[in-house]
Amino acid sequence: MWEYTETVKEHYKNPKNVGSIENADAIGEAGALACGDALKLYLKIENNIVVDAKFQTFGCGSAVASSSILTEMIIGKSLDEVEKITNKDIIEKLGGLPPEKTHCSVMGREALEDALNNYRGYKIGDNSTDKIICNCYSVTESAIREAVEHGAKTVKEVSDLTYAGSACGRCKGAIQKIIDSVIPKPVIKENELTPVQFAIKVNTVIETKILPELVKDNGGIELVDIKGKDVYVRLKGTCSSCPNSTATLKSFVEKKLKELIDNEITIFEA
Amino acid sequence: MKDVIYLDNNATTKVDPEVFEEMVPYFTENYGNASSIYEMAHTAHDAIEEAREKVKNLFGAKKSKEILFTASGSESANMAIRGVLKNCENKHIITTKVEHPCVLNTFKELEQEGYRADYIGVDENGELNIEELKSKVTSNTALVAIMAANNETGAIYPYEEAAEIVKSINGNTVFFVDATQAAGKIKLDVQNTKVDLMGISGHKFHAPKGIGALYIKEGTKISPIITGGHQEKGLRAGTENTPYIVGLGKAAELAVQYLEFEETKVKELRDKLEQGILEKVKCAKLNSRTKKRVPNTTNIGFQYIEGELILLHLDEAGICASSGSACTSGSLEPSHVLRAMKTPFTSLHGSIRFSLSRFTTEEEIDYAINTIPVIIKKLAEISPFQKELAQMLK
Repeated sequence: MWEYTETVKEHYKNPKNVGSIENADAIGEAGALACGDALKLYLKIENNIVVDAKFQTFGCGSAVASSSILTEMIIGKSLDEVEKITNKDIIEKLGGLPPEKTHCSVMGREALEDALNNYRGYKIGDNSTDKIICNCYSVTESAIREAVEHGAKTVKEVSDLTYAGSACGRCKGAIQKIIDSVIPKPVIKENELTPVQFAIKVNTVIETKILPELVKDNGGIELVDIKGKDVYVRLKGTCSSCPNSTATLKSFVEKKLKELIDNEITIFEA
Repeated sequence: MKDVIYLDNNATTKVDPEVFEEMVPYFTENYGNASSIYEMAHTAHDAIEEAREKVKNLFGAKKSKEILFTASGSESANMAIRGVLKNCENKHIITTKVEHPCVLNTFKELEQEGYRADYIGVDENGELNIEELKSKVTSNTALVAIMAANNETGAIYPYEEAAEIVKSINGNTVFFVDATQAAGKIKLDVQNTKVDLMGISGHKFHAPKGIGALYIKEGTKISPIITGGHQEKGLRAGTENTPYIVGLGKAAELAVQYLEFEETKVKELRDKLEQGILEKVKCAKLNSRTKKRVPNTTNIGFQYIEGELILLHLDEAGICASSGSACTSGSLEPSHVLRAMKTPFTSLHGSIRFSLSRFTTEEEIDYAINTIPVIIKKLAEISPFQKELAQMLK
């Protein structure tokens, strides 16, 4: 069992500001039922001040506590002040969260951001060139890029240098993408692949282009067999029980393989 | 400590005071090493053999020399699987997707070591796919491991039938049954089955933690995984844990005596709890849906509410239960058992296991039936899925 602080306990036992606001000026959402946590945040805004906030959360004790304390933190504050609240501030107010639960505070921050974006009708930071990749430790894309330029070749090495990806791990796929964009991959010739070359290429694409995307949702995929241009794969993790797995296979996996290797590839679930 | 209503007996049980009492003299009085030559050692040796006889009866085994004492259910499983494979040329092994980690993770390790493993699935009600098992057994199959009863749902699997089928396809395949969650809850009669090995753990039936046993059918080829002295006929080195073995023996004796009580009284209370919750809580769905089930277990999914949150609030109300879901166990993955059953996401993350014992009282169950709906109602109000929850009230 987790070690929760007294503040966390108080907030999951008696959460403040539970519910919804009719005619809310802004609603923000984060998470999903399939992932085991989801948050809906309702704001009433007058003269750029948050005059009321309510929440509904599907999630564990620390998810409820994070949402509850967030509403307390924002009521009475101006939008400029609210905008500056980070997940670290939420954790601090709670007196700490177990590292594995950092994502609960991130969800609070994400819902808040979503609400503010919806209120203003545009996304803050859209024009910003340096977006935050690791929400848990607020590590930016440029910091990760810099780490790779300084010699980090794997996600683990990037984590060691920047902490990015070492708490909840949800950004590992994004970190891999940055690594891939900095370190050029050897180009494989398109024409006349032998069956072995074809198999290796399919596997490489699955492992470097497809798997990292599925991992973001706690899913996974592995290559099982290849017969001609028919590729057989097995979905793992949350993907294996996902009702949308066929859609994932066809619209994402097959599309990606067609795009990067051969237009005649057909995907099958083994 | 405040009064608790302990409904987590599949996790561990209270040591029966009668068991504890029998153990005590072997700590401070008859503490001799069972392998030594003097009188006090003989006392220890005799006590161990008496316990072996009682554990034999719990298994329904033919001879007491078929019983090996171990330190846990996990050790029993490791000993059975690895001890047998050491004597096998074949590299194919089969188990189920719903096994306890002590079997699943041992299989994963073996795959790393070069074995080929198949994992048999279950249907949406949790029934084992016997046809799939049939199709996987080949002349190369070294070992099949199937649990007798599932720790999360209480489902009883037809291991006797499975053993018959496996042996009829390949007589050399060794059949291991993890009976950790079955011992003391349903009758075991291993001598009249085709099962070669069967493991149990003492603390699941009112013996202390740190003691288990493995039934090894006479003639089964097996090698030790803990080497050293000659204890347990050379099959498990390490000085015999006399007090705990005595405790296991007494617990086994009591378990046999209480079997009927389990199947009547305990089952009655379990059914009362289950029906009480399902009637009063509209978003509750039963996950334990197999035709056969151990008498003490129920697993209920509370839709659109997260499991850890439920457990924390149950704890506040003095009720101990457990969930295989995401956040409790320290892993962020939901229960592999409920996922193998294709449990929908709506209740996958909010599934709670309640497991009773012979010490559970009717007052405790009444309290639970009255308290749980209040807690769930309160937590449902926090859920962002109000529309879906309202739909269920119609």
